[in-house]
Amino acid sequence: MDRIARALAPVAAAAALLAGCGGSSAPTPMGGSSSATSKGTVNVFAAASLQEAFATLGKQFEAAHPGTRIVFNFGPSSGLAQQITQGSPADVFASASTKNMDQVVTAGDSAQPTPFVKNVMEIAVPSANPAGVTSLNDLTRKNVKVALCQPQVPCGAAAAALFQNAGLAVQPVTQEVDVKSVLSKVTLGEVDAGVVYVTDVRAAGDKVKGIEIPTDVNASTTYPIATLTKAPNKATAQAFTDYVLSVDGGKVLTAAGFQKP
Amino acid sequence: MPWVLGVPATLAVLFLLAPLLGLLVRAPWRDLGNVLAESQVLQALRLSLVCASAATVISLVLGVPLAWVLARARFRGLRLLRALVTLPLVLPPVVGGVALLIAFGRRGIVGQHLDAWFGITLPFTTQGVIVAETFVAMPFLIVTVEGAFRAADRGYEEAAATLGASRMTVFRRVTLPLIRSSLMAGSVLCWARALGEFGATITFAGNFPGRTQTMPIAVYLALEQDPEAAIALSLVLLAVSVAVLVGLRDRWLRAGSAP
Repeated sequence: MDRIARALAPVAAAAALLAGCGGSSAPTPMGGSSSATSKGTVNVFAAASLQEAFATLGKQFEAAHPGTRIVFNFGPSSGLAQQITQGSPADVFASASTKNMDQVVTAGDSAQPTPFVKNVMEIAVPSANPAGVTSLNDLTRKNVKVALCQPQVPCGAAAAALFQNAGLAVQPVTQEVDVKSVLSKVTLGEVDAGVVYVTDVRAAGDKVKGIEIPTDVNASTTYPIATLTKAPNKATAQAFTDYVLSVDGGKVLTAAGFQKP
Repeated sequence: MPWVLGVPATLAVLFLLAPLLGLLVRAPWRDLGNVLAESQVLQALRLSLVCASAATVISLVLGVPLAWVLARARFRGLRLLRALVTLPLVLPPVVGGVALLIAFGRRGIVGQHLDAWFGITLPFTTQGVIVAETFVAMPFLIVTVEGAFRAADRGYEEAAATLGASRMTVFRRVTLPLIRSSLMAGSVLCWARALGEFGATITFAGNFPGRTQTMPIAVYLALEQDPEAAIALSLVLLAVSVAVLVGLRDRWLRAGSAP
């Protein structure tokens, strides 16, 4: 044992180094002039595809309600739903599909989700389009590397649905955790095409090129939002949810490419 | 035992064992057979074992010579070199994955030439998984073996050399046997680290069942959909880890403690 223990000593030292870098706690800023109802931090768990639009909404909300802070946790809806039902301290959940919201409702963590936007799919290719992808059919070509979302997240389910609508069998090289991972593989040029949301193509700007999917085969997903029943900061959380559902909130979402539900 | 040591020691034991106990308590023992019989599980397990073993072999072939250089060679910049090559030990694996993409991805600084000249693309392939695991795990072997090279008694090597053995023969017949136990410990550590690799793998090699979806990735993704399956998969990895520990103790420790 001794010799092995000695042999492992440097590793133990490295591990000890690592141990020092864990754990961080979010600061809880308290602005001086907060309104009576809206203050403190609101933890918003939102689908990865909402990243840009919600970041804007969060900033606008903070500006309108001094003393509040919106902290986002963007990720795959299925993973976020799981985190919430496992007791992660979330105030608001915005899912990219009713299915993942239903999991949270079933677990008793949310009562009344409200659908707030709809999203449709689009093909994203690197701006140089190295594989010359021009249509959905090109994704079935052998030499075209395609990235999709894993089937259990909304963007993966939508991709599967639209391939079925089109009667195509697409073999992806990877099933990414969420839609932003698919987009980044396209942006990096590691794949020739990815199936993402229309809003992702718009958010990526000129780093990717979007190729529209015919509406008769395209699939859509509806996004519900809810203030969670165990929200640590319920009043402010509800105010944020209301803001997302408001006319002003709608404008930001529409500008990002989302459709009315 | 003084309580100042006893109390924290007990806490440490409880802390380290509680999660493992949790796995055992919450395991869906009744459905375990069904979950594990699913082809994806066996695929993921097989892939994990194959890739971790391949990563260990590559680490041995490349890492042992490097460990020897680090322990025995004398040149300017040696300390810097040692720090750099052992960096993956402390680097967050996801960062390693990003770095691998930038280096060996299809558009990477090395990868674009691999693609253009040989038609080799590593991301999203099983080879990519092995590359990611090797990147993360090899330093564990290097650090362990380098320490052994330093500690090994040079007298035996010198004696062999005076008896006419060539430098290569000395290395093969004297030095390597001297560090046998460290070599084993380092290999096991490297293998275990490769088996558990997650961050660099999912970043560099993506996720596709049967090709790049290793056990840790399968566990992570299962947790989002079916926590019971995630627990069952975790049990498999736990069993493999225990088997490694037992194997380490029974076989190599005894061999190692022999003179």
